[in-house]
Amino acid sequence: MAVTGILLVLFLIAHMLGNLKIFTGETAFDHYAHWLRGLGTPLLPETWFLWIQRTVLLAAVLGHIVAATVLAVRARAARPVRYAHRKAVRGSYAARTMRWGGVIILLFVIYHILDLTTGHLNPQGDSANPYGNVVADFAPERWYVTLFYTLAIVALGFHLRHGAFSAFRSLGQQTPGGERRARAAALVFAVVLCVGYLVVPFAVLTGLVA
Amino acid sequence: MNLTLRIWRQSGPQDKGRMVAYQVDDVSPDMSFLEMLDVLNERLILSGEEPVAFDHDCREGICGMCGLMINGEAHGPQRGTTACQLHMRQFSDGDTIDIEPWRARAFPVVKDLVVNRGAFDKIIAAGGYITAPTGSAPEAHATPVAKADADAAFEAAACIACGACVAACPNGSGMLFTAAKLTQLSLLPQGQPERYTRVIGMVDAHDEAGFGGCTNAGECTAVCPKGIPLNTIGRLNRDYLKATAKGAGTPGS
Amino acid sequence: MDLFTEGDPIADTKAPDGPVETRWDRRRFDAKLVNPANRRRMTVIVVGTGLAGGSAAATLAEQGYRVRSYCYQDSPRRAHSIAAQGGINAAKNYRNDGDSVHRLFYDTVKGGDFRSRESNVHRLAEVSVNIIDQCVAQGVPFAREYGGLLDTRSFGGAQVQRTFYARGQTGQQLLLGAYQALERQIGLGNVEMNERHEMLELVVVDGRARGIVVRDMVTGEISTEMADAVVLASGGYGNVFYLSTNAKGCNVTATWRAHRKGAYFANPCYTQIHPTCIPVSGDHQSKLTLMSESLRNDGRVWVPKAKGDDRAPRDIPEDERDYYLERIYPSFGNLVPRDIASRAAKNVCDEGRGVGPTKLGVYLDFADAITRLGRKAIEAKYGNLFEMYERITGEDPYEVPMRIYPAVHYTMGGLWVDYDLQSTIPGLFVIGEANFSDHGANRLGASALMQGLADGYFVLPATIANYLASGALEKVDAGHPAAVEARAEVEDRIRRLLAVDGDRTVDSFHRELGQIMWEHCGMERSEAGLRKAIDEIRALRQEFWKRVRVPGSGEGLNQSLEKAGRVADFFELAELMCIDALHREESCGGHFRAEHQTPDGEAQRDDDRFAYVAAWEYTGDGEPVVLHKEDLKFEYVHPTQRSYK
Repeated sequence: MAVTGILLVLFLIAHMLGNLKIFTGETAFDHYAHWLRGLGTPLLPETWFLWIQRTVLLAAVLGHIVAATVLAVRARAARPVRYAHRKAVRGSYAARTMRWGGVIILLFVIYHILDLTTGHLNPQGDSANPYGNVVADFAPERWYVTLFYTLAIVALGFHLRHGAFSAFRSLGQQTPGGERRARAAALVFAVVLCVGYLVVPFAVLTGLVA
Repeated sequence: MNLTLRIWRQSGPQDKGRMVAYQVDDVSPDMSFLEMLDVLNERLILSGEEPVAFDHDCREGICGMCGLMINGEAHGPQRGTTACQLHMRQFSDGDTIDIEPWRARAFPVVKDLVVNRGAFDKIIAAGGYITAPTGSAPEAHATPVAKADADAAFEAAACIACGACVAACPNGSGMLFTAAKLTQLSLLPQGQPERYTRVIGMVDAHDEAGFGGCTNAGECTAVCPKGIPLNTIGRLNRDYLKATAKGAGTPGS
Repeated sequence: MDLFTEGDPIADTKAPDGPVETRWDRRRFDAKLVNPANRRRMTVIVVGTGLAGGSAAATLAEQGYRVRSYCYQDSPRRAHSIAAQGGINAAKNYRNDGDSVHRLFYDTVKGGDFRSRESNVHRLAEVSVNIIDQCVAQGVPFAREYGGLLDTRSFGGAQVQRTFYARGQTGQQLLLGAYQALERQIGLGNVEMNERHEMLELVVVDGRARGIVVRDMVTGEISTEMADAVVLASGGYGNVFYLSTNAKGCNVTATWRAHRKGAYFANPCYTQIHPTCIPVSGDHQSKLTLMSESLRNDGRVWVPKAKGDDRAPRDIPEDERDYYLERIYPSFGNLVPRDIASRAAKNVCDEGRGVGPTKLGVYLDFADAITRLGRKAIEAKYGNLFEMYERITGEDPYEVPMRIYPAVHYTMGGLWVDYDLQSTIPGLFVIGEANFSDHGANRLGASALMQGLADGYFVLPATIANYLASGALEKVDAGHPAAVEARAEVEDRIRRLLAVDGDRTVDSFHRELGQIMWEHCGMERSEAGLRKAIDEIRALRQEFWKRVRVPGSGEGLNQSLEKAGRVADFFELAELMCIDALHREESCGGHFRAEHQTPDGEAQRDDDRFAYVAAWEYTGDGEPVVLHKEDLKFEYVHPTQRSYK
């Protein structure tokens, strides 16, 4: 869980930084998108790097899902008879929603790829003009897309908050002070990522990016 | 005060079991929770019914024998308290209280509220010790132990193996119990020679017993009557990673 | 009818003569050994998994014997040794404060009010130093100093700091050390562990202990287990009083069944009553909780001067309070030994000056200490105890004085054993609190853990070999007539308990028995009271067999049936305790006879008539018991009168 999660988190960071390039203007953003495709050339042929990266990500996602499924199946098997009355004591919403949160995120990612990678669900769908695609996507009249996007990002934030802390723990974080720091870092990280991802659609929505 | 209890009744391992409601009147707030159950049982016996079987022994919070899910919380609403030390002043007149056994595949129900926690003993037998046959010990002061390590080892050693961690865990995991013993022994110089075989042996025994995996949810430490810290699990993970990297075998192999 | 007759004296023939400090060495050298290859063919049954039983089972298995271990709890780790708080004594002299094996020996004999055997106590003191080494090697997290070395503290009855501790949970940590050693042997297949099994009978074949009859408490199945030797480590019998600091399951059945089969029971009347327990809050009370004795270092004990003063403690002005311990014992004040503090509390309550809803309690007041040292300092010292008190009583001891009252805590009596810890039945060994051996008439604080582990780790494994090596035992199995008969007795008894089907619960009888014992055989005993108690116990016992109701059947888990069997044995034991207390016409340690006190109310020993161990022989139901005296000789520690004024 921790290792695949970390790979995905690294991608999320890079992806967010890329997104933020949208504030540098249309040309720069489209140029960045184009540059991504050529990454690794001339060492690698055009788009090879992208495909390698996609393969690794896909493997990480699958690994993450397999590990999560194993845990979930074990958890189910470990308690064959449910409680009639059950109360969560610690009340960490993030920790308790990892599984459903993960499913929501997965559905979102599929939609997101169809929308802004392949362009199938995008109103513009011009692979040469990602800037335009984004602007068209989050146009004010398509508020429901922004809403869905926001909900998914918030779910991701919760997922990251517990996931990041949990990864520290799984990899051997073991002091009480370290636990406090790890929890704080996970929270800050989740918030930063959420904000980083959400400024783009809201900038479009408010007309800051057009 | 007068209370309604809904108690899990199950006549044996094969029985399906069900919640049964009982009325208990004139409960004194000074009674412990188990004394309240004693009162119910006295009444049941005299009226020709089977009393409710529940585990208990020292009734002072140290033997770890008692363990009840009270209104969905392991050991009830008061933190840092075993069911035997929980007193009825924590409840109010007219309350309905649900009482269930620990629920886990590794803790099968024996009868009513009594479960079999033998899986914990198996985890200890798989490495939760320091091999020091009687008579072989060196002079006690031969190896000083830093006070901070000794104190942290004690904190982990305070576990009473009541099983509340498993009962409360959304995954039915026994990781806090396993980690508590591992942490105690891996913090002490005497525990070093077997440190990495121990962690493999105990974690394997834990998994074999049918406990779930840990997802660091933290419910265990919240209900632990002895406050075993969650970071013991970090130490377990660290030792486990090192042990797998080193390719350590299981104890006795 | 006479209650008892006197039989031949009894003597311990196993302890060598000569200088006391060489006796254990010489005994070990003289004892026969068992060849390691032969050990694998020998089976030893160990009943109980506390400090004594757990350590003995682990050690015997390490030596190569096949061990079968039994406990009534669901795990060997839950035996009641786990509840011991204070610490464990050892003559390490790490403090350089003048401690030595001889001083620990001396303190223990004196603390026992000169009613223990010098040879045994000296061995205990010698072995004490090995115990600490052993436990540290096992990873027991003892308290340590900043330099990394072991910390010690002082305890009652000693002027040196020889008590090793692990916060307030020393018993738990020591027991877990033994339990882990035992689990290791279970994992290796050397010990067959039987949890939730209760020993209900001893099998004696040709005068030797050869097995036990046990009931599987989960399935109800009765089985007969045979072995080459049987070790009882089943603890004390304080639960005869119903309310005590013992665990609810603690019982006398294992030792009592052995007593009925011929093992003598020694000094049953010696009962330790601990002065600082949380008082009874009502009829529902099921057990009593100990508050550490250390509280008396800073708390002041008092009651109102006037009878029936119902004002809240804070409303009672200083000059209307009676700090009775400070008044009666000006030099020791609140720190007098356990037995004296307990009796003084009883006396003021008998005068009608007790406090709290039941009027059976005295105040332990920290107001002065909080003013003097500050709340922070008190919190640091006693925080966890104050919390525990508040959890149980709902009162905040920082604001309102604690209420405390004495409670039964430990029993010094037990099955009679010789220096080898063997009872009067060959092949039956008794260790830990279950035997009578080392504490005399009063046990010092932090010595119970020491004795349990000394017996289990070091003494028994050495002495049992001598027995096992003394000639091959005839092979017997569960089909032997004696085994079949023992099993039939158990089955018959269970049938009889279930058949009564009366109108009273087991607990109601147990509670009533406890009241009789507490009233007449508790902190203060008198001839009239004890005679009355014996009559009452007999009547109650008869009523029990006519009116008890045990629901359910013998099959499967039946906690009422378990309790009924134990209470039935407590009735018989209770009678013997009263007879022992009646015959011992002196006051010593945990036995205080109202008729035998000094003019100022202190215990008056009678060394000329009673410097002996009273070992009682069972001769049949309703028959008078037979007293066998073992004379005690004091060559090293000469009897003196204790004074704490």
